[in-house]
Amino acid sequence: MRLDWEIAKRGWRRYAAYPWATVAGIFTNTIFGFIQAYILLAVYRHRTDVGGYDVRDTVTYVWLAQAILMTVYVFGWQELALRIRDGSIATDLVRPLDPQRYWLAYDLGRAPYHFVFRGFLPFVFGALVFRLHTPSPLDAVAFLVSLAVAVVVSLGFRFLYNLSAFWLVDIRGVMMVSLSLSLFLSGMVMPLSFFPGWLGEIAHALPFASIVQAPIDIWLGKHHGAALAGVIALQAFWALVFLGLGRLALRAGSRKLVIQGG
Amino acid sequence: MIEVDGLSKRFVVRHGRFRRERHVVDAVKEISFRVERGELLGYLGPNGAGKSTTIKMLTGILVPSAGRVSVAGLDPSRRRIELARRIGAMFGQRVQLWWDLPLVDSFELLRHIYKVPADRYHTQLARFRDVLDLDPFLHTPVRQLSLGQRIRGELTAAMLHGPELLFLDEPTIGLDVVAKQRVRDFLVEINRQEGVTVLLTTHDLGDIERLCSRLLVIDHGSLIWDGAIAQLKERYGGERTLVVDLEEPAPPLDIAGARVEKVDGPRQWLRFRGSASELTAQVAASARLVDLQVQEPDIEEIVRRIYAGER
Repeated sequence: MRLDWEIAKRGWRRYAAYPWATVAGIFTNTIFGFIQAYILLAVYRHRTDVGGYDVRDTVTYVWLAQAILMTVYVFGWQELALRIRDGSIATDLVRPLDPQRYWLAYDLGRAPYHFVFRGFLPFVFGALVFRLHTPSPLDAVAFLVSLAVAVVVSLGFRFLYNLSAFWLVDIRGVMMVSLSLSLFLSGMVMPLSFFPGWLGEIAHALPFASIVQAPIDIWLGKHHGAALAGVIALQAFWALVFLGLGRLALRAGSRKLVIQGG
Repeated sequence: MIEVDGLSKRFVVRHGRFRRERHVVDAVKEISFRVERGELLGYLGPNGAGKSTTIKMLTGILVPSAGRVSVAGLDPSRRRIELARRIGAMFGQRVQLWWDLPLVDSFELLRHIYKVPADRYHTQLARFRDVLDLDPFLHTPVRQLSLGQRIRGELTAAMLHGPELLFLDEPTIGLDVVAKQRVRDFLVEINRQEGVTVLLTTHDLGDIERLCSRLLVIDHGSLIWDGAIAQLKERYGGERTLVVDLEEPAPPLDIAGARVEKVDGPRQWLRFRGSASELTAQVAASARLVDLQVQEPDIEEIVRRIYAGER
């Protein structure tokens, strides 16, 4: 536990070491928030409800998505894949530490940094210009729990596709596919409720929905009581599935740790 | 400390995108050796000879295809984590420190990874700060360190938890003379004072000469030399090469105590033992000398010569 805490602190500090990247990121998130909000507002000119979201839900969704984008890190991540490719993974394996435990703790240190420094300001800018939905205290707490689990799901997924570097020399292809899957099917680009019929149902059933759609719906008060607990339980389930698969892949991969880097 | 018996590693490599051909690569072929506690030995061979593969098997990262390995009484690949606590490793060309964080941050984290008690950690660190002169850059982010500073940091990182056995893969590569000397002094000190067993992989003959008493040489996956340095030098390293430029092309010079290895126009290569000035005088007496140069045998060449079966 103490070790995980120490690793997590490094995860935070590593991102805190580049404050200008944070400033640039806040700027970008804000601009994208405005663009996306105005595009979706245009949709509401002709209707008052899309997939069960009224206009305030949708605008809130847009700003929340921008705010948690970095926290759940749906963008491509390949730090681990690069370590496998250049052979540095060997130096990780001569340490008495499990790589999955390391990266999980590291990411759980990184995420709060991004939540505070990349999430807070863009959302405040959005709230100054648009009328956004305010969650009930219970929903707010549930949102934070759900967001934390979403980070684990995301890391579980990223860890898994990064491990493909054991078998593929270049994982750019895998990255592209994973990136479009997680951007589109998580609800990052637009709410999954906007997807037509069966596509929406499939998207809701996939693990990616646990990364963005689930926490935002909780903030918007779309789930109550048992259903709310069910959403978080489903997220936890997907987190365990990804971590389990990652575990198996790591075992298989380190067995065939090939000649890369002599 | 290390017992290796008939150790082999075979890789199956597939080529081609669609019709994949299988190629079998024997990276390490039935090598056997023993290393006693407190030894400081060199392990060398040309690139691709099987050095890293051996070290990966000794540290438990790779599972051997055949043979038996025991390191500190443990089977490395079965008990990798347990072994990891007792050994240290440093790879000169890889960064093991946390790139974006101050050096001391990496040390602190390693302390927790290896569960080093706080008081022991502080005495260890104080010692390394002194011996390796870390203080000027202890709080500098690793990415801003010079190569020499980083290597000193990496050595500290490998030694903080007080390992019994240290694997070093080219620890002095790319270092200037001063930095090299500092690293060598450090290795001698931990070996003599703490009895740490050190297995050193290098291309640098200087490292070997100043540090090791025993040498293992591997080529094409086979162990082709296991013995004392003095013996090796006497056999192969004692010969140097004198390159002479004569005024005009001449037949191979006939000089006692030297033999001509190669002739290229007015330039000749003479292999010899003993004094270079004596030989130079003899050459000058028998031909008109324009320029000359003495070449020390490098380790690559010695390895090549051992492999070529020059005995």
